[in-house]
Amino acid sequence: MFEVIAGVLLLAGGFFVLIAAIGVLRLPDILMRMHASTKAGTLGAGMILLAVAFTYGEIGIVSRAIATIFFILMTAPVAAHAIGRAAYRYGITFWKGTVIDELKEYYESSIQASQQQETKEKS
Amino acid sequence: MDFFSIAILGVYILLSLALLISLVRVIVGPTLPDRVVALDLIAFIVISFIAAYSISSGHPVYLDVAIVMALIAFLGTIAFARYVIQYSNKTKSEGGHV
Repeated sequence: MFEVIAGVLLLAGGFFVLIAAIGVLRLPDILMRMHASTKAGTLGAGMILLAVAFTYGEIGIVSRAIATIFFILMTAPVAAHAIGRAAYRYGITFWKGTVIDELKEYYESSIQASQQQETKEKS
Repeated sequence: MDFFSIAILGVYILLSLALLISLVRVIVGPTLPDRVVALDLIAFIVISFIAAYSISSGHPVYLDVAIVMALIAFLGTIAFARYVIQYSNKTKSEGGHV
């Protein structure tokens, strides 16, 4: 019984990881690519780790697999946030269908403020 | 061949395809953050590979390798993000094109 559950989880996890890779290849700009890789990749890796827990069924291995899933769920959003912010500062070009860029005014004012501070310090 | 061994074979094939496809994105680029995102996904695929191998080989010790790999992938991604921010600050203050 557990073997069947583990096999289904393995196949579903591999499918989601493949979807994430296709999304990274096919989507038009970097923020959308991050949307594919972070969410589908986390789900796929979590499902495969859950399949490990179902296969062995011993308390030490189950707790280790769940700890790994928890760690991935905690760190993946932080890493995605860091790359997204860095990519915005880098000056990526958005997809032509992008409607709104709410960060633009905020970053321009903060960059001007920091430059004014620099000139004040120099004078 | 029962369902479980077919599932293990299938997950190896799916993960290998995913690895190849994201390798194409690492090579094509076009910018540095794109490559960082693709490398992050490759780290996730490698974690999945190690977990699948720990099932098929019968040694659950490999799960520890998956934990360490998750840790290193997170730290590497954060380091790359800091590097990209510093690089863009430098080129912007020099007035160059980013």
